[in-house]
Amino acid sequence: MSMWWRKFVSAAFVAFCGASVLLALVPLAFILFFVVSQGIQALNFEFFTSMPKPVGEEGGGMGNAIVGTLMLTGLGSLFAIPIGIVSGIYMAEYAGSRFSATIRFAADTLNGVPSIVVGVFVYGIAVLPFKQFSALAGGLALGIMMIPIIARTTEELLLLVPSTMREGALALGATRARAVFSVVLPAAAPGIITGVVLALARIAGETAPLLFTSFNNRFFTTSMTQPIASLTVQVFTYAISPYEDWHRQAWAGALVLVMIVLVCSLLARLATRRLEGMVRN
Amino acid sequence: MRKDLGFRLGTGVFGLVLILIVAAIGVELVRQSWLSIQKFGLGFWRTDIWDPVSGEFGALPFIWGTLYSSVLALAISTPIALGIAVFISELCPARLKQPLVFLTELLAAIPSIVYGLWGVFVLVPLVREFELWIPDSWREWTLFSGPPVGVGMLSAALILAIMVIPFSSSVAREVLKSVPVAQREGAYALGATRFEAISAALYYARTGIVGSVMLGFGRALGETMAVTMVIGNNPQVSMSLFAPQYTMAAVIANEFTEAADELYLHALIEIGLVLFVITLIVNFLSRLLIWSMARSARKQVRAAVHTAEPVAAL
Repeated sequence: MSMWWRKFVSAAFVAFCGASVLLALVPLAFILFFVVSQGIQALNFEFFTSMPKPVGEEGGGMGNAIVGTLMLTGLGSLFAIPIGIVSGIYMAEYAGSRFSATIRFAADTLNGVPSIVVGVFVYGIAVLPFKQFSALAGGLALGIMMIPIIARTTEELLLLVPSTMREGALALGATRARAVFSVVLPAAAPGIITGVVLALARIAGETAPLLFTSFNNRFFTTSMTQPIASLTVQVFTYAISPYEDWHRQAWAGALVLVMIVLVCSLLARLATRRLEGMVRN
Repeated sequence: MRKDLGFRLGTGVFGLVLILIVAAIGVELVRQSWLSIQKFGLGFWRTDIWDPVSGEFGALPFIWGTLYSSVLALAISTPIALGIAVFISELCPARLKQPLVFLTELLAAIPSIVYGLWGVFVLVPLVREFELWIPDSWREWTLFSGPPVGVGMLSAALILAIMVIPFSSSVAREVLKSVPVAQREGAYALGATRFEAISAALYYARTGIVGSVMLGFGRALGETMAVTMVIGNNPQVSMSLFAPQYTMAAVIANEFTEAADELYLHALIEIGLVLFVITLIVNFLSRLLIWSMARSARKQVRAAVHTAEPVAAL
């Protein structure tokens, strides 16, 4: 092979790699452009405060769906955060043990379970026995999806904390629990909070597990045992409807969802940057 | 030590809950689909009739649609995802690295329903244009036969490809990171070009790379909303890219709340069970590959350090 040919192949390869980055960024820009330009037209104050209007009436908003999404993610995190963080602590503290390997395996498995399957599972345990779609069931489905993300983030961040800190605490006569809760965990806290925020952003955008757990509701409700609206399910309902006005509302809902995700990931990025700075120092 | 036992048990219980959830998903899916499992047995996997009215249920069209759309999506996304991983980890200037990682990960953060909305109103019309534009002589091939309506396999595969790219590329990036630097430096020292050095690194990381692609495959299999909205929702086994088809996740999402009689519901839940089992196997294999790659890399570094020691002692 001549030198010229080898250099040519190499240059072509570099060009291909650069081009694939561009190729991935084009759809990203394309999607963001459409969501912003279409969504902004229907996004106004009314969108956040008023209820959906029946077909044919202009205006209306997703006030009930926004409250619903907040309630569902809140319900989910209520039990997902403790379970996630504490099992993360176990995995990090007893990293070598067989039981912690089993938990890690279960967490990775759960993370890979399709969201629609989580929905089917929760339907079986929390909807079918009571013959009633409910906010509780929706929150349960979202929480189950959050647990593995939080558990794995907590584990990874706790393992980043220098072992000298843990050993220092133990050498001073602290119990394991004391060392973890007052020395190691606080050191990793900014990172763990970041992980939780990212998990929240991810599940706030989930639709599939809510379709037949919290279902949908045209009216405003904060009842735990009633079906409840959510931004994502509402966007879905509107998107597949034949009405122009509903399509506009769907774009506005999508814009709100994307904003939630963007703000959360930017916040998380700033926090991890500070954390990286701290670790380096 | 005894106090620590309390701590260990106390935190371990929470871990146990995690394990129990996974076990409960499996048990519950079997229990809720029992009627269908009993009635159709293994025939469920290979029957292509889906007729709720007469109570005939077979999962074949949905299994086919799920696998076909995911394989097509991977065929599109794999070269791009690997290109991105190589560019970010090996080629790009250090200053560009963080922003590029952030942007590609943003692609993973956009909710699936937003992809679906964009797919319905932007991508599907574009795909329809393309389907109308292709020369008539192409339509003879099975691949391009079928009605040029836009919604169908091609739209689903394209949207899945976009959604899977960030997953494969971020894992591939991690895998490339675990390739010892000496591997590349050795290649450069022998006079290799950039391409030759990087392909040596890629070859070294091949198991992990395959693992990262399979992880993307697992994601594509379970993707629901975006696919449901663009694939056309028509249960049929066809090679055609233009034909409207159906996936396992999509049929559950669409028909679950309409399933009036118990057998229908159990058949839908059995589709969920099939999906659960398939993703479980795919994810398990991919983690096994990534893990064995990371382990062999660590071992080789250790071996390299051992052989280097006598030299250092001199």
